[in-house]
Parts: sequence; structure tokens; C-alpha cells
Amino acid sequence: MDDSFYFSEQHLAVRDTVRGFARDHVAPVAAKLDAEGKFLWDNVKGMGELGLLGVPWPEELGGAGLDLTSYIIAIHEMAKVDASHAITISAHTTLGTSPIVKFGNDAQRKRYVPLLASGKVLGGFGLTEPSAGSDAGGTRTRAEKRGDRYIINGSKIFITHGGVGEIFVVTAVTDPSRGTKGISSFILTKPTTDLETAKQIGIGHDESLPAMKGFRAGKKEDKLGWRSSDTRELIFEDVEVPEENRLGNEGEGFTNFMQTLDSGRIGIGALSLGIAEGAYEQALRYASERKQFGKPIADFQGVQFQLSDMATEIEAGRHLVFHAAWLSQHGKPFGKEAAMAKLFCSELAMRATTKAVQIHGGYGYTKDYPVERMMRDAKICEIGEGTSEIQRLVIGRHILRGLTA
Amino acid sequence: MKIAVCIKRVPDMDVRFKIAAIGNAVDEAGLKFDMNDFDSWAVEAALQIKDRDAATEVVIVSLGTDAVQETIRKALAMGADRGVELKTDHIPFDGLAIARALAAELKDGGYDLVLFGKQSADSSNGVVGAMVGELLGLPLVTAISKLEISGQKGSAKREIEGGQEFVEFPLPAVLTIDQGLNIARYPALKGIMAAKKKPLEVKPAQLGAQTVTVTQMELPPERAPGRIIGEGVAAVPELVRLLQTEAKVL
Repeated sequence: MDDSFYFSEQHLAVRDTVRGFARDHVAPVAAKLDAEGKFLWDNVKGMGELGLLGVPWPEELGGAGLDLTSYIIAIHEMAKVDASHAITISAHTTLGTSPIVKFGNDAQRKRYVPLLASGKVLGGFGLTEPSAGSDAGGTRTRAEKRGDRYIINGSKIFITHGGVGEIFVVTAVTDPSRGTKGISSFILTKPTTDLETAKQIGIGHDESLPAMKGFRAGKKEDKLGWRSSDTRELIFEDVEVPEENRLGNEGEGFTNFMQTLDSGRIGIGALSLGIAEGAYEQALRYASERKQFGKPIADFQGVQFQLSDMATEIEAGRHLVFHAAWLSQHGKPFGKEAAMAKLFCSELAMRATTKAVQIHGGYGYTKDYPVERMMRDAKICEIGEGTSEIQRLVIGRHILRGLTA
Repeated sequence: MKIAVCIKRVPDMDVRFKIAAIGNAVDEAGLKFDMNDFDSWAVEAALQIKDRDAATEVVIVSLGTDAVQETIRKALAMGADRGVELKTDHIPFDGLAIARALAAELKDGGYDLVLFGKQSADSSNGVVGAMVGELLGLPLVTAISKLEISGQKGSAKREIEGGQEFVEFPLPAVLTIDQGLNIARYPALKGIMAAKKKPLEVKPAQLGAQTVTVTQMELPPERAPGRIIGEGVAAVPELVRLLQTEAKVL
């Protein structure tokens, strides 16, 4: 698909850089980081230096100044080797940084985006709560206005970079009487939980960001997959947030994060596709090397057909993902296509990784081969940033709207 | 200081090659191409000198079809300043023809250093760098694995059979780069953006007469299948005997 109209020579150059970095710096450590559940700090530094933590942001804000397709390529390529690295790029960029780039004022953009885009500090997005998941309208975290500041109380769960990150966009209810129109978003800052490591490697912490009193990370989740990504609770106890940290106007929080999630789906679609493709590449190689009954198992139709199905579905997934990215990049409506890409590719990631383990036989079930990790990493793609059920609702809304119009 | 780095676009070696129907060339269909590894270390060496502010300009020169522009742009994305494509309809096998075309381009360029990879992964001739040194009448050091430049003098290390050799030379000079000198950087994303705006000049290559041609290519013969002579300790004497008498490796 290299010759496809979606990709320019520049896109392929971006892909080669990410591919090289993933091969040389990610593949050798992915299994160990997964086993130890350790955050990938060293590679955060390398990814920041290459510009992978601010791909689509303008150069004057410290970004690489590339287009959305380049960014999606970066996530996709990284996920072929390790999903935890890919979600670090995606959660930091789409969830942590894009709301500030898109909905922030000039002062906010200049203050926070360069720190995030360069990878100096990590960012995250606080939306999900214990009782507000798919129904983000059920947000309980409260922001009460007192003079020129807000007092925030509540908590968020399953927040990527909750511990390691320093800059967070957090939603909270400013007017409980107005439902989803009473939700606003705020920029909150705290020091990283890994100050020691940050000092050692020289990134991860910025002295100039205020440590807001009462804002802290809770327990780290012990997860099935994405184990070297940092997922935690965020806790707010009488956190005083200056008015200047409110993102956009009061009441715009809900519509803003709906937009953020819309474009985020292309990224998770790409990440899912990457997992599927990585597993397929492993299975293809293994099947051509592993011999049974005197010949490579790839020569048996039972195995070959599985590989053919994987390859075909992956090709279809690529078209969905890069078409959605193309639409978004060209200012066309992309909500339906993004949801379709996310739905199809996340389910594909489960099918493809399960098949890849099957093709590897007993070896596939061991940690000597990466496919078992890929299978564990795939499941969350059907859940995070909108479950498959929610994607079907979104798609349903779009196609039914077409009927009645 | 001005540095020129001559690079070659070569096929990715990690594939099974096929011979084209004409019989004296590799079938390029479906092959992926990239910068020759040795050349990428030459580019890196030049950029490291530039990073220390010891060089003002790094110029990339590549001979071939327009496809080499992609490879030149990769070097520009890594941080080189401008590129020159010496355009031909194909890359000839004759190293002297290539060297003449490169020397014609380099001779009035005012370069203090001209860097090459020590050989290309595809033709493995390993002669072009040395021939350019000769044609330009400049000091030449081949296959270096360590390099220091200070002022108008340089010193280098060469790996030789069973030891190392340390050499000194005045600038301007022509050097060819061996493995181990450095690890080439990846083009950073900002570099990829910047590369689009850097100048890339296209000129016809002055190849002159070509005297050496490839007449035929053959794939290496298939290896004979292995043989199991027995199992366990009992099989060792027979194994040793065959390794001595048949395989002649002991």
C-alpha cells in the first residue's frame, strides 16, 4: 500500500524513522517492560527527541509541524512492535495535548504546548469516572467558582499517564442544573510520580509547573495488557484552580471532549491496526520457518488461509484508518468513518492476535514470542476511548440520520 | 569547513533476490531501496563535525536515476544542507566511470573533506572512493573506524588484519568509512519537514567511457541438505571423522 495516494514520500520517511526507532529501541525492551509493568521512560526521551510526541502541532509551538496522516503513521508503526509505546504517543498527543491546542487561548497554548510537544513533560486527559464511563454526561467531579478561582473535588479513573504525567485536561461540572452543558474543562498540573527518574534522564518534570495542592495520582492499575503504559486514578481534594486555567468557556467541556474523542478514534484505530499487523508479521514469519510433517506449516492450506484472511482484513483496516485520517486532514466530516475504523480495527486486533497465537501453537502461549503480549494488548482497544458498543451507537446515529434527512 | 558526502541508493539486502530476464542485473521489481549503510555512517560523521560547529556546510552527492532524490532527501532530513543528483539512466558497474563523474562535480567545490562509505552493499566494488581520491589528487584514507578533525589536520584509525593502524593526513582529503565509526541518526520529524525546503540540484552525470560491464549474474548454488549421522555420544567419533575428511573444517 506504499504507493497508495494516501502517502507522500514524506509520509514514508516518517514511517521509516518510526520503524527504525521501534526496531532498534522498542523491540529489544518491550517484553521486559511488559513483564515488569515498568513505564518506558528511556524511550520517552528518544521519542521526544525525534519529534514523536508532538507530530501534528505547529513548529512555533514546538511540534514537528507535520500533518495528521504522519501522526497516524507514527502510532500505527509503533504499535506493530509495542502497543504500550503507541498508546503513550497517542494518549499524550490526542488526549493530553490536542484539547489545549484546539480549545486553549493563546496564553495557554504558549504556556503548555511547547512543554508537551517536545516531550519535556507528559500529558493526559481526565474524563472517565467510576460512575461516568460510556455515559460521560454522568460526570460527578465538581468545580465550584470562588472569586477568581475554581475549587475542584472528585476523582477520575483509568487515566493514561495519571502518575507519570504533569499536565492534565480534566472535565468537571460547573453547573449541575444544565446537564452536559454544565460540564467545563480545566488544565491541572502536578509533579510526576517518578521525580527521581525524571531527574536522571533529564525529561519528565518541569519546575515551572505549579504543584496544585490536593491534586494527586492514585493507585496504579495492574492491567492485562498495555502494561508498560501508566494508568492511574486522579484524585482532586479541594484543588484550587485559577480561572485562567479553564479551557474555553464554561459549559463547553462536553462538546470539546466529544470532538477530542472523535479524532482520537482514528488514532486508536491505527494503534489496533498496528497490533494486528505486528501479530500477522510474526505469524507469517513463524509459519514459513516452522516445519511439521516435513514442510513449513505455511504450506498447509489450513494455516495459509488464516494468513490470507489476516492479510485481507489488515488491508481493509488500512483503508478505513487512512481514509478517515485523509477526511479529517482535508476538513471533511469524518466522525462516522473514524468510529468505523476504530470498531473494525480493534475487533480485527483481537481476531488477528488470537490467530497469530494459534499459528504459533504452544510457543505462542509462552513469553518467548511476542504474540501473547500482542493478544493481551489488543483487548483494551475494544474498550478504551469508546467501547465497540459505543462505536456502533455512533455509527448507528450517523446512518440513521442519513435515512430521515 | 565544507564537507561532501557521496552516497549510493542500494536495495534492502534482507530479501531474496531474483535475476532480471536480461541475465546481468537484479530484478528490481518489489525491492525496497535505502541509503547504503556505510554511506549513512559517512553522513553521520559529517553531521557530527557540523554539530560541533566545525563544518559550515554538508553537501550530499548521489549518482543515479531520479529515484536517488529520495535517498538524498533522507540525508537532508538527517541534517545535511543541500543535495546534488548526478543524473543517469542507470548506475553503471564501472567504478571508474562513476568516480570520474563524481570527481568532475567535486573538483571545484572547495571541499575540505570528501566522505564515502567504504563499499556499497550491492556491487561491493569498494573502489569509487579511492578512485575519486586519485582523480582529485588528494590524500586518501580508506576504511576508517575512528576520525578526528582539528583545524586543517585529521587523524584516523583503520582496522587491519590482527591489529589497528593510526594515520594522520592534511585536509583537504578523501576518506572512506568502515563500520564502527558511529551509529547513524534517524531523521527527526522536524528534519523531514525541513528537508523539503533544502536545495536539491539535478545535473547530468559526466560518466565518460565505460569499459567494464557485467555480462552475467548467477544466484549462489542451493546448499545441500544436512545429514543426521546418529544421536548422542556414540555418534561423535563418526561426526568428527566426517568433519575432517568430508567437510574439511577441522
